Amino acid sequence: MSTLLDTHPLEKILENPQKDFHSVRAMGKDAFLKQGLPSAKAEEYKFTNLTKKLSQNFDSFEIAADFELTEEQVNHAIFEGFDGYRLVFANGYFHDGLSSKIEGLTISKLEESSLPLGSIAKAEKDPFAALNQASFEGGAQIALAKNTQIDKPILILNFINPSNGNLIQPRIWFETGDFGEATFIEQQIQLEAGDYFLNEVKEIKGGRNSHIHWYRIQNEGKDAISMSNIETDIQQDATFTSVNISLSGHMVRNNLSLNLLGSNSEGNMYGLYLTNGNTHVDNHTNVDHTIPHAESNELYKGVLTDNSRGVFNGKIFVRQDAQKTNAFQQNNNILLSENATVNTKPQLEIWADDVKCSHGCTTGQLDEEALFYLQARGIGKDKAKGLLLYAFAGEVLENIKDDSFKAYCINLIQERLGTNLS
Amino acid sequence: MLSIKNLHASIEGNEILRGIDLEVKAGEVHAIMGPNGSGKSTLASVLAGREEYEVTEGEVVFKGENLLELAPEERAREGVFLAFQYPVEIPGVSSTNFLRTAVNQVREHRGLEPLDAVKFLTMMKEKMKLVEIDQKLLSRALNEGFSGGEKKRNEIFQMAMLEPTLSILDETDSGLDIDALKIVSNGVNQLKSKDNATIVVTHYQRLLDYIVPDFVHVLYKGKIVKSGTKELALELEEKGYDWIKEEIGQAAV
Amino acid sequence: MSKDNEILEEFTTKEYEHGWSVNYEADEAPIGLNEDIIKWISAKKEEPQWLLNWRLKAFDTFKKMTEPEWANVHYPKIDLQKLRYYSAPKQGKKPKTLDEVDPELLQIYERLGINLNEQKRLQGIAVDAVLDSVSVATTFKETLSKLGIVFCSFSEAVKEHPELVKKYLGSVVPITDNYYAALNSAVFSDGSFCYIPKGVRCPMELSTYFRINAANTGQFERTLIVAEDESYVSYLEGCTAPQRDENQLHAAVVEIYAATNAEVKYSTVQNWFPGDKNGKGGIYNFVTKRGLCAGDHSKISWTQVETGSAVTWKYPSCVLKGDYSVGEFYSVAVTNNYQQADTGTKMIHIGKNTKSRIVSKGISAGKSQNSYRGQVQVMKRAHNSRNFSQCDSLLMGDRCGAHTFPYIDINNPTAKVEHEATTSKIGEDQIFYCNQRGIDTEDAVALIVNGYAKEVLNQLPMEFAVEAQKLLALTLEGSVG
Repeated sequence: MSTLLDTHPLEKILENPQKDFHSVRAMGKDAFLKQGLPSAKAEEYKFTNLTKKLSQNFDSFEIAADFELTEEQVNHAIFEGFDGYRLVFANGYFHDGLSSKIEGLTISKLEESSLPLGSIAKAEKDPFAALNQASFEGGAQIALAKNTQIDKPILILNFINPSNGNLIQPRIWFETGDFGEATFIEQQIQLEAGDYFLNEVKEIKGGRNSHIHWYRIQNEGKDAISMSNIETDIQQDATFTSVNISLSGHMVRNNLSLNLLGSNSEGNMYGLYLTNGNTHVDNHTNVDHTIPHAESNELYKGVLTDNSRGVFNGKIFVRQDAQKTNAFQQNNNILLSENATVNTKPQLEIWADDVKCSHGCTTGQLDEEALFYLQARGIGKDKAKGLLLYAFAGEVLENIKDDSFKAYCINLIQERLGTNLS
Repeated sequence: MLSIKNLHASIEGNEILRGIDLEVKAGEVHAIMGPNGSGKSTLASVLAGREEYEVTEGEVVFKGENLLELAPEERAREGVFLAFQYPVEIPGVSSTNFLRTAVNQVREHRGLEPLDAVKFLTMMKEKMKLVEIDQKLLSRALNEGFSGGEKKRNEIFQMAMLEPTLSILDETDSGLDIDALKIVSNGVNQLKSKDNATIVVTHYQRLLDYIVPDFVHVLYKGKIVKSGTKELALELEEKGYDWIKEEIGQAAV
Repeated sequence: MSKDNEILEEFTTKEYEHGWSVNYEADEAPIGLNEDIIKWISAKKEEPQWLLNWRLKAFDTFKKMTEPEWANVHYPKIDLQKLRYYSAPKQGKKPKTLDEVDPELLQIYERLGINLNEQKRLQGIAVDAVLDSVSVATTFKETLSKLGIVFCSFSEAVKEHPELVKKYLGSVVPITDNYYAALNSAVFSDGSFCYIPKGVRCPMELSTYFRINAANTGQFERTLIVAEDESYVSYLEGCTAPQRDENQLHAAVVEIYAATNAEVKYSTVQNWFPGDKNGKGGIYNFVTKRGLCAGDHSKISWTQVETGSAVTWKYPSCVLKGDYSVGEFYSVAVTNNYQQADTGTKMIHIGKNTKSRIVSKGISAGKSQNSYRGQVQVMKRAHNSRNFSQCDSLLMGDRCGAHTFPYIDINNPTAKVEHEATTSKIGEDQIFYCNQRGIDTEDAVALIVNGYAKEVLNQLPMEFAVEAQKLLALTLEGSVG
C-alpha cells in the first residue's frame, strides 16, 4: 500500500465507521486502498511528497467539526471593495444563515441519493480525492437554474479552525442549467493558528452554453498543507475559466481537470504562483479533449524566491475523435534566488491529426537589461524589480473579469513584490 | 433576392438536404431552426459553396443568377456572406491584412477603386465600434488566440466590412455569454437594411429574442417541415423539438 | 480532402524552373573515390603539398567513419565509388578578367538570372560564380581589393593567400567533424573565399552562385569567410541544378570565423533540383555550416530559405566562444512532393553573456517530411547566456509530416532558455474561409505563406527577399485547397 512501514496517520481515518453516503464512501475507500498514498516514486507526486510531509507534521488526524461563526467574523473576512454575494462555510460545513440568498441559485446539503458524487472527480484518479470521498463531512450542492445569469460574483468563504479537527475536507458539487452564467471567488480564512490538512474536492458540471468563472486565491498561513481536486465537465457551447492565485502555504497541491465533452466548448486555465520562504506549490492540470471543435487555453506563471519550489505539470490529452482541437499551453517562471526551484513538465498526448496545439515553457531570471534600463531612468532597483515582476504577473490577472477581486489580487501581489522580494 | 427550389444535397453519398424550398426577399430576416443534425449547417455551407457537398437536385437563384454555378469567391463577391459556425484560424496572416485583401478583391469585382491604407483603416475603425472589437485583436493573426466570443464578433465585423446583400449566420450565437450575445445581435441589427437580407441559423431560441425574425422555419431531416413567425420559435422553446417530430409523425400516418 | 488532392495534383505538374542543362566540353576526373583521385584533383588545381597532405589526412579519417543515420530522412545508400569528384568546363587558361570568360558560361548564369557583367549588374552585389567543381568568374574583385577585402575563388586564395587559408581552413569545421565534412575535406574542388580585414565594413553584398551542370558529379565546395576585428560582411549563397533522373550529391562545408566585434550575416536561398513529382532524382544536400564567434561581442547570423533538394541534411551552427557573442538562425524550409528535409541549428554557448535566437518555420506539403532538429547547449562557464527558440510547423494537406526535435542541454543555472513550438495545418477549411471572403485560392496561399514566413524573409537582403518570396509562392502554388 504505502511505502511507510507503519500505518500512515491519514489511513487511520478510514477506520472510523461510516455515518451516511454508504455506497459513495465505500467506493472512495476502495479506490483509496487500491492506490494507497503516493510513494516517493509516484510519477504524479514526484516533486511533491505529500505523504511524507503529512507523516512528518502529524501524528494523528481528526476529522474537523463544524463551529459557530459570527456575522462580524464574516464581514471582517470579506476583502475590501467586494460587491457581490457570499456563501459561508466553516471547516467545509455550509452556514445558511450567514450566506446570501441568491435568486436562481439553490444551495443545499449534499444528499445521499440525488447526486452521483465521484462521477466527475473520480476517486480512482487520485488517492486524496478518494480519501475525501470516503470520509468528507458537510459540503454543499449548489445549483444554478437554467437561463439564469447571476449579476454579481459569488464569494465562497471557508473558515478554518484547526482546533475543531485537523483534517478539513470540503466538498462541493456545482451544477448549472443551460445558459447559466456565474462567477465564483473562493478563499480560505484561517481563524486560529494550528496545523491542518485541507483536502478539498469540487465537482463542477456546466450545462449547454453555460459560462462559469471560478477564481481561487490561496493566501493561507505559512503552515497550511493544502490539497485540492477540482474537476469539471464542460458541455456543448459552454466555457469554463479557472484562475488560481497561490501566494502562500507550506505545501500546496492543486489538481485541476477539465473535460471538454461538447463541441464548441472552451476551457481556460490561468494560474499565478508567487512563492517565498519554504513554500511549495504544485499545479497539476489536465485537459481532456474528447470531441471535435473545442478549445483550451492555459497560462501559468511563477515567481519564486528564497527556498521555495514551484511545480507545473500540464497535460493536454487530445483523443482520436477530437479533430479541429485548439489547445494552447504556456508556463513561464522567474527564479529570484539560487535556491528557488521550478520543475515544469508539459505533457502533450495527441491522437487526432487535424489539431492545433502549442506549448511553451520558460525558466529564467529577471531580465537584467530591462532592470538596468529602468534603473538608468532613475527608478530604484527594488522598485524596478517590482515593476518588472508585476508586468510579468499581469498577463494572468488580466483574465479576472471581476474588478474588485482583480484589484484585491493586484494589491496583495504588489504588497508582496514590494516587501518580500526586495 | 434568394430563391431555393427543391434543393437536395449530399455528402459522401449521404443525402442531408431532401428538398428545401425557401424564398428570401430584400429586407427580410429568416430564422432556420432545428435539432442537431437536421441539415441547418449543410444548408448554410451549400449556399456559400463548400465543395464537399454535392447538390444532386434543385436550384438556387440569387439576384437572378444561378448561384450554384459560381465558385465560393464569386459568390462572396456577389454579396453572399457566411458567418462561420467555427471561424477558421489562419496563422501568420493578420486580420487587417486579410480583410484588406478581401475588401479590395470584392471592390474590384463591383467595379470600385481599391481602398488605400488610410481609407481602409478609417473604414475599419468605424466598423469596429459596431461590435466593440479591440484594435489589438485585429493586428494579430486571424482568429488565432481569439476567445470563442471574439471569433464570433470578428465574423460580424467582417460582415460589416464586406457589406453583403445576403448574410447567413451559422450558429453565430452558440457559445456566447449574454453580454457577447447582446453585442453581436446589436451589430447584426444595425447592419440590417431594406436592401439586404439575413438568414439566421440556430438551435437556440434565445438568439431570436435579440435578432427578431420575420419568418421562422423548422428544418427536420433535411426538409422545412414548418414555417411561421416569431411565435413558432417560442412554441418550439416551450415544447421542444419532439413536438415537431410527433406532429410530422402524425401527418405521415 | 478530395479538393486538397485535386489541387495538389495541379501543383505537382509544375516544372522545376531551372531544370535545363547545357553541353560544354568538360575537364573531368575519372569516376571513383581513392587516394589517386584526390592527388589528381590536387594536382589539377596546382595545390601546395601541405594542402594535399591535409586532404589525404581527411581521407584517412573519412575511411574510418560511417554514414550518419540519426537524421529523419530515408534514401538509398549512395555509392560514392560511382560518383565523379571533379568536373570543370574547359577554359584553356584561367581568365584574368571577366572579359576573358567564355561567353557561353556567362550565358548559363544569365539564364539563371545572374548577370556577371559588372556594368549591367545592380550595384551592391559582388558574385563568385561556381559551376560544377570550379569558380568561373568573380565580379567586383578590384573594387573590393582596394579596401583590402579578399573575395575570390578558393583555388585562387590557396595560391595568393596561402597563409590565410592555412590558418583558418578546418579551424571551425575540423576534418573529424562528421562523415560528409571529412569527405568534403578530402575532395573539395572549389568554392569562395572571403577575408574582411580589421575595421572594414564591406560596402556590398558578397555572393556565391552555385550551379551543378554535369551529370553523375558530386559538388563539394568549400567556403571560408574570415571577418577580422570590427569588420562586417553580408554574404549570400544561391544554388540550382538541372533536372536529372539520378540523384546527385552535394556535400559542402562553410566555415565562418568572426573575431572581436565582427559581424557576419550569411544568407542562403537553396533551390537545388528537388526531384520530380514522383520523387525521382534530385539533389542530396548534405551540408556542414558552422560559424565560430571567436571574439567578444562578435555576431554570426544564418538565414536560410530552403526550397529545393530531394534530401536536405543541414544544421548551420554557431559556436559562441567570445563573451557577449551572438548567434542567430532564421530558417524557412519548404518541402513538397517526396522531398525530405532534416534541418535546424546548433547554438553552443561557451562564453559569458552569450545570446542566441532561433526562428525556424517549416512548411510541408505533398507527401514530404520536414524535420526541425536543433540543439541549444549552455556550457558550464556560460553565465547569463540566453536563448530564444521558436519552431513553427505548417502542414499543407494531410499526407505530409512535420517533426520537431529540440535538444536543450543546460549546464549553467543562470541560463535563460525559452522554447516555443507550434504546429498548424492549412487545409480546405482555411482556403474556403478565404474564398468565402472573396479571396481566390492562389492569393490565399500567397497571403498565408508569406505571412507565416515573414519574420525570416525580413532577415534577407532586399533583393534576395523578393526572390525568396517568389520562390516560396512558386514552390507551394496550388498545394492546398
